[in-house]
Amino acid sequence: MAIGWYLVVSAIVFCIGAGGVLVRRDPLVILLCLELMLNGANLALVAFARMWGTESGQIFALIVMVVAACEVTVGLGLIVAIYRRRLPIDVDELSELHG
Amino acid sequence: MSTTTFAWLVLLCPLLGTVVIGLGHRWLPGRSAGWLGTAAIALAFIFSLVVLIKLLGQPESHRQLVSALWDYNVTSGVDARMQILVDPLSVFMILVVSGVSTLIHLYSVSYMNEDLGYRRYFSYLNYFVFSMLLLVLAGNFIILIIGWAFVGAASYLLISFWYRRTTATRAGLKAFLINVVGDVGLVLGTFFLFKHTGTVGFLRTFHEVRHVFTHNQPDLVAACLLLGVGAFAKSAQVPLHTWLPDAMEGPTPVSALIHAATMVTAGVYLIARMHPLFEHAPTAADVTAIGGGLTLLIAATIALVQVDIKRVIAYSTMSQIGYMIMAVSVGAYSAGLFHLMTHAFFKALLFMAAGSIIGAMAGVQSLDRMGGFRRALPFTFACFVVGGLALSGLPPLSGWLSKDDIIGYVLHRGGLFVVLAVIAYIGALLTPIYTFRMIFRAFFGEAVEEARELEHGHLHHAEVPRNPMTGEEEDTEVGFPGPGHFIAEREWPMKIAMGALAVLAVIGGVIQIPGVDDAVTNFLKPTFADSRLAHVQTPTGASWVGLIIGAVIALFGITLAYRVWVAMPGTAASLEERLPRLHRFLMNKWYFDELIDFVVVRPVLWLGGVTSGIGERVVIGDIVTGGATGIVRAGSAAVRRAQTGFLRYYAAGMVVAISVVALYFLVSS
Amino acid sequence: MSAVFFFFAAIGAISGAIGVVTLRNPFYAVLSLAFHLVMLAALFLLLRAEFVAAAQVVVYAGAVMVLYVFVVAYVGGGESLPSGAVLRVLGPLFALALVIELCIAMLGSGLSGVKHHGAPYVLGFGTPQHIGTLFLTKYLFPFEAASILLLVAAIGAVVLARRRAGLEDTDEPEAPDEIQIRSAQPGYVGSMAEGAGVRPAPHDPSIDPHVEPVGGSAEVKRGGW
Repeated sequence: MAIGWYLVVSAIVFCIGAGGVLVRRDPLVILLCLELMLNGANLALVAFARMWGTESGQIFALIVMVVAACEVTVGLGLIVAIYRRRLPIDVDELSELHG
Repeated sequence: MSTTTFAWLVLLCPLLGTVVIGLGHRWLPGRSAGWLGTAAIALAFIFSLVVLIKLLGQPESHRQLVSALWDYNVTSGVDARMQILVDPLSVFMILVVSGVSTLIHLYSVSYMNEDLGYRRYFSYLNYFVFSMLLLVLAGNFIILIIGWAFVGAASYLLISFWYRRTTATRAGLKAFLINVVGDVGLVLGTFFLFKHTGTVGFLRTFHEVRHVFTHNQPDLVAACLLLGVGAFAKSAQVPLHTWLPDAMEGPTPVSALIHAATMVTAGVYLIARMHPLFEHAPTAADVTAIGGGLTLLIAATIALVQVDIKRVIAYSTMSQIGYMIMAVSVGAYSAGLFHLMTHAFFKALLFMAAGSIIGAMAGVQSLDRMGGFRRALPFTFACFVVGGLALSGLPPLSGWLSKDDIIGYVLHRGGLFVVLAVIAYIGALLTPIYTFRMIFRAFFGEAVEEARELEHGHLHHAEVPRNPMTGEEEDTEVGFPGPGHFIAEREWPMKIAMGALAVLAVIGGVIQIPGVDDAVTNFLKPTFADSRLAHVQTPTGASWVGLIIGAVIALFGITLAYRVWVAMPGTAASLEERLPRLHRFLMNKWYFDELIDFVVVRPVLWLGGVTSGIGERVVIGDIVTGGATGIVRAGSAAVRRAQTGFLRYYAAGMVVAISVVALYFLVSS
Repeated sequence: MSAVFFFFAAIGAISGAIGVVTLRNPFYAVLSLAFHLVMLAALFLLLRAEFVAAAQVVVYAGAVMVLYVFVVAYVGGGESLPSGAVLRVLGPLFALALVIELCIAMLGSGLSGVKHHGAPYVLGFGTPQHIGTLFLTKYLFPFEAASILLLVAAIGAVVLARRRAGLEDTDEPEAPDEIQIRSAQPGYVGSMAEGAGVRPAPHDPSIDPHVEPVGGSAEVKRGGW
């Protein structure tokens, strides 16, 4: 298949993830959608690596995976902490950081 | 060592005195601060004598010596140096200043003996002497201005010496403010001159003045008038004179030194020093001469009705300085300076004697409460009489020779100056009247309680110390006069000082007897060599006629005073009843204070109120500062509304932004 | 043949993504994401990124999703919450706009190689040997940085989620309202206010109450300023 197809798929996945971030209220699901976006980017990276024949894209994709893992860890830690303090798990309610 | 080195040493001694007493006051035992201060000035006087001798050793054409310690700025179009000018005029002045100051320091050692501010006093007094010496030794306008300002500051410090008295602090402020007006005149005058001559050094300025300015050129007249403003403020001439009577709030030795012998003569010195300028702009000289004449008369009339003994002497000083200003304005330089010297002697003597009798009265200064002290205070009485006779101009005392020298010269100048001479003779008539009014009221008549106590050997002490002007109660701690009162009969330092001045007041005139010797004139000749007026000497015969007229007037005045206040007591009271409005006019000092209050003080206060109320509070506070902060606050409030706290709106914003940016790049490619 | 696999994997990935976004129960959303990740791994394989595909399955689908499952089990998963009306419409709209833009950007630009099947295959492309060599030579710094990042994240997670005694922070001690120094106060401090009589000296019974502290205390008679 031409590489272009893979790129289209990656764009679609990325935008589904973006839409999910905007639409959902549960922070857990928002984090999942963030994972979607990261995966879309990963796909694009690997596709380009195939296109040019260099492995740098794949290395980059691995690093992105590392970053995603860290981000998930910290994000879930935050959610656990919020849950412990008996606050509602709802991003529309957690709006104290305002001006 | 050269002459100028000794002149620097003259400056150094009182400066060291100030610093040592001021910084080391904690470690100076007992009353040593006073002896240290006196020694410092005595040393300065000895060095002045050395300078005199060395200067006389030089040939006459080489008697104007300049010495600079360091340069301030001698490049960009100005030649400012730390420079002194040692010439006959400055040597004359330093001799008078340091000599009289030594005697006054000696007097103060006992007069201020129990004052808690003893060391501060001597530090300030030494500082004053240093400033005055700096002023008269100055070799350029910069140092002159510095000395001028220092003297003003010292005067303020010493007038408000008893700082817990409100009257004293107010008087100090008044003196300082009026002096500042004079400082402004002095500085502006300097600038006017510098603008044309391009130099600040005295000798070079005087040399240049004939080339750079035309006769009576407006700029030069303006400069001289401004210098005259400075002189008038410092010498308490009308209309800048209102500070001098109030300055009597300071301790009596301070009045003797500053407001009789030295500081108030700074104006006379200034005009004498600037004589080339004044001679080249006769308009300005005429103005100052008229000012001096007016002051002479006004002050003499006010002195006739004053009740405070120190104020009588203060107004007398004002009047006599009027004589001196008139003299140096019309060209009678040596006469004016000779009178300066003799006046320093007998006026300081009068003040010292006044201090003695005030001590006997335990701080009371009012003539209404004094009387009959002749037997109780014989030495003080003698000093008063000697000083009074010298002041009145009775032969053969010094005052007679000096004062009538001046009047003779003015008369000889002719033209409209005859009017001034007549005014001067009227003043000469009033002088013995007010002087002997003071003496007769204090020493003749019924002896008051304090005098009777003193005759029995007991010095009166007030149970409650009071402010002599307002009568309010005070205590004797720091900031007020100390508990001790001292009279000359009991304190040998006071006796020595007064005795020395009395002797000088009697024989001091011997150095300038017309026709016999003209020591002062000859000595000052190198300074005034370039003057066109100084050479015009009154012929000996005419001056002797003037002297005799003066003597007659003095005798007449004394006799008149005797008749009014001793022979027929009650004459003064009946005169007062018959001329109430005149009396009130004179008692209110010709309403000068009220005039200045109306013309100057009120508008300035109003302006201050407007500036602070509207300018400061409204414009700067509300509009400028408030406006700026308001704008910032409004802006940040507007921006703050974007921070809602909702995560998804932030995310939406990010997505939109990315889309827009990508779109932009798409379109532009 | 590979085209079939491609479409199969692509459609699976996209449906998994849609499942994540739309499923109400977060547990199902997690499962949907796991499915999506496996499909993505298949796509990676098609792109000859073997190591990346293996890492994806093992790390992402294996570890990260398990972590998610644990947290969802702990937190309990919220009920279905309807989102705000505005964003419900605008959200998908923005996403649609973005995808169109991206497609135009990628395909419409003159990017050579999108039409091709990729560069000629080098033996060992995408194998662990090649990736490992690159990590330890050319990309050593990012490798180390990534490991530090993992360390930081791990510590951060532990700190964030640790249980503390009680619900509020009681680590700092209570600051006392007013610090009272109970030392013996000198009766006469010697301040100017006391000297001027503005403030009376604090009451100290050791001082004779009849001695008035006058301005400049009474024992100074040596004559000062």
